[in-house]
Amino acid sequence: MAKQSKLFDSDRPKSQDISWCPGCGNFGIRNELMDVLEEMQYKPKEIAVISGIGQAGKMPHYLKANGFHTLHGRSLPIATATKAVNPGLEVIAIGGDGDMFAEGGNHLLHTIKRNPNITVIIHNNQVYGLTKGQGSPTSLAGMKTTTQPWGVYDEPMNSIALVVSQGCSFVARTFMGYKEETKEIIKNAINHVGFSYVEIFQNCVTFNKVNTFMWYKNNTYFMKDHDVTDKEQAMIKAFEKDPYPLGIFYVNKEKPCFDNHLPPYKDSAEPLYKREPDFDKIRKKIEQKRG
Amino acid sequence: MSTLNIVLGGAAGQGINTTEELLTKALKESGFNIFATKEYMSRVRGGINTTTISISSSPVRYYREKIDILVPFTKGVVDWTSERLSENTLILGEKYLEQEIPSGLTHIVVEIEKLAKDLGNKLFANTILSGLLFGIVKADKKALNKVVEKKFSSKGDDVVSKNVQAAEKGYELSEKICKEYNFSFEIERDSSVCEDIVINGSEAVALGALNGGCNFVSFYPMSPSTNVAVNLADIAEEMGIIVEQFEDEIAASNASIGAWFGGGRGLVTTSGGGFSLMCESLSLAGMSESPVVIHLAQRPGPATGLPTRTAQGDLNLALYAGHGDFPRAMYAPSSIEEAYDLSTKAFDTADKFQVPVILLTDEYLVDMYYNVKTLAVNDTVDKHIVEMNSDYKRYKLNKSGISPRGVPGYGDGIIIANGNEHDEYGDTTEEIGLTTAMQEKRMKKLEGLKAETLKPFFYGNDSYSVLMVSWGSTRDTVKRLVDKYEDKGLAMLHFSQVYPVYDASDYLKKADKIIAVEQNITGQFAELIHRELDIKINERILKYDGRQISEEFLEKELSEKGVL
Repeated sequence: MAKQSKLFDSDRPKSQDISWCPGCGNFGIRNELMDVLEEMQYKPKEIAVISGIGQAGKMPHYLKANGFHTLHGRSLPIATATKAVNPGLEVIAIGGDGDMFAEGGNHLLHTIKRNPNITVIIHNNQVYGLTKGQGSPTSLAGMKTTTQPWGVYDEPMNSIALVVSQGCSFVARTFMGYKEETKEIIKNAINHVGFSYVEIFQNCVTFNKVNTFMWYKNNTYFMKDHDVTDKEQAMIKAFEKDPYPLGIFYVNKEKPCFDNHLPPYKDSAEPLYKREPDFDKIRKKIEQKRG
Repeated sequence: MSTLNIVLGGAAGQGINTTEELLTKALKESGFNIFATKEYMSRVRGGINTTTISISSSPVRYYREKIDILVPFTKGVVDWTSERLSENTLILGEKYLEQEIPSGLTHIVVEIEKLAKDLGNKLFANTILSGLLFGIVKADKKALNKVVEKKFSSKGDDVVSKNVQAAEKGYELSEKICKEYNFSFEIERDSSVCEDIVINGSEAVALGALNGGCNFVSFYPMSPSTNVAVNLADIAEEMGIIVEQFEDEIAASNASIGAWFGGGRGLVTTSGGGFSLMCESLSLAGMSESPVVIHLAQRPGPATGLPTRTAQGDLNLALYAGHGDFPRAMYAPSSIEEAYDLSTKAFDTADKFQVPVILLTDEYLVDMYYNVKTLAVNDTVDKHIVEMNSDYKRYKLNKSGISPRGVPGYGDGIIIANGNEHDEYGDTTEEIGLTTAMQEKRMKKLEGLKAETLKPFFYGNDSYSVLMVSWGSTRDTVKRLVDKYEDKGLAMLHFSQVYPVYDASDYLKKADKIIAVEQNITGQFAELIHRELDIKINERILKYDGRQISEEFLEKELSEKGVL
């Protein structure tokens, strides 16, 4: 096992009993994330991890970093706002396929459009874990689940095609079993100015007997010589399957970033909690109503 | 005559708003107190909208329905307002409206459209009309010219001079009419009014929020709450605040929680339907102990209801919204001044107690406007946040239930907020002892909120027999009735904070008869008083047609109850 980061490892009492199943892909993602943050020389106080609900959503409890374990599907608007008022923070939203594609689907679309300078990490295990084995938006057709015992009849959502089509400014997919590549992708995502979408395939050892660790190994490959600035190529790649391409699909550095348009930061990057309201200007606004 | 009610009625898009703006500004500049309230249809063009402008020698704060002068801009207005007309009403209108005027009413034919065309553009009609009405109350012509010049200055000298001419034409017409029909409306002026500010309810909520340190505004458009966001967006650059229209109300309210978490001070503005979508996030605020300020501008429901009309039907929604138990505070401003003050206060209460605070206004309050002396501005905002040390515990248990709130990046520590039940650090727990302690800690804050609950406004003779209980925007109309009928033993108790409910048992028990006055069909506040104070209010005066309770309505209802 590779050397594990210590800086972002939590020593809080409840962090000692991680509730993921042994062998869960979440462990790998956690390790990769902790390593990346340390390698990038961040301090725990500079990071905020905003999660939704699901097994992935438990992440803030197993890290030493600012965290907010919010509601199912709602982490993106919360993360967007946290970054907007506290621009020095590196904000990472975390959730699973149910969190981001089902309950929070509308927020995902509009966060792509808004393009805040945050990163989203989506743990995609193609099944619902925390609620015990229901189909997810990315479950493969034919997969038998607790609530679709006849087998999922519809085709899975093509998440990569969806986000590329919406012009997401950074789109990548990886598999947690490829540690170095995954770290490199997360690093690039964090460095990208704008909304960075990182989808990470992970195995669910308890509820997904189709997409196992070995299935992902055997059914994925890293793209080579792919031009990340070419949206059409990215769309073509997004429709490829068996094997599924991994790597950075698309990057658009020109897309206007939400945070760069915010009025408080025209002259100063100081977070809002350090500032005082401008009472003289408020007084002036009231005075102007004298006619 | 001390108060004159002028009503302008026309189709959406006809320019009533221009006349209203010119007229009210110029009248105020001339030293008249003004008050304006509108009722409008949910459409961008057509239909019939009306604006009631009260002109008075003293400040007007109540709603009187009766029309002294009606100016119909289009066919159908006379019929739409028929219940508000009397034999004393003067109708100033074009000749083609003649067949609509009921017999017994005075129709003064004014050919404003023709005068406007003579000046070169039918758009001048609004300015001519302003001049006409201005002349009828014998206001200072210079004041109108000044307002007209300011209003049109961006459109070039030619437009300005044409509009000044138009105003003059209107003024001349008024002199002719007053002479011909031998009437005059002499209203005493008060020169101190000239220096007053003129402000509407939406602006008051918006400025009050800024005064409370608001720096992040998230919303999804919904009448009648949107103007608060419009006002703040308009000055966002200048004030250095963030105003963002989100994809839905779910995102808007969650974003506000995210803003508070990050150290901002968020305002959400919405109406009933949007608030319904925010229930889940309200519960998150309750559990994660996030401050939240939601402005809920009420309109009649259920569902889409009457989008542009007024109601007090969302008290229960705001009171019970969100799964699980958690404390909250709810303010219901009774006036524009209070909308400003309580919007400011909402931020402090939310921050201090780390709870959701709901500011309940309604369409009537946010859309009405009048002149006030000034609004007081703070010198400082108490932020109620702490620098975190390396062993910081977000949910530290203590006596008050209020654990010092940190902000990411402030100090050496880190903060963990959580919507799951949690330990003192904020990490998820299912332990029996902790779960119990955390539930109790959160509810403990209700005691602090209760201790700071605003006292209701009592008005009337101490030896009252009948007590009217009201809340929110109806205060000054109820007060008008108390003034009028104090000799009948009438008094009022008005609540500007509807939760927690102030213990007003003494006032209530003293009355022979208590009458709840509300703008909903069930008497939601009366039921809340019963729940909280164990005092049952059987008599109710309820209005639920989307129109504000007026002096005449309340008078009639009180008569029917045998009170007057």
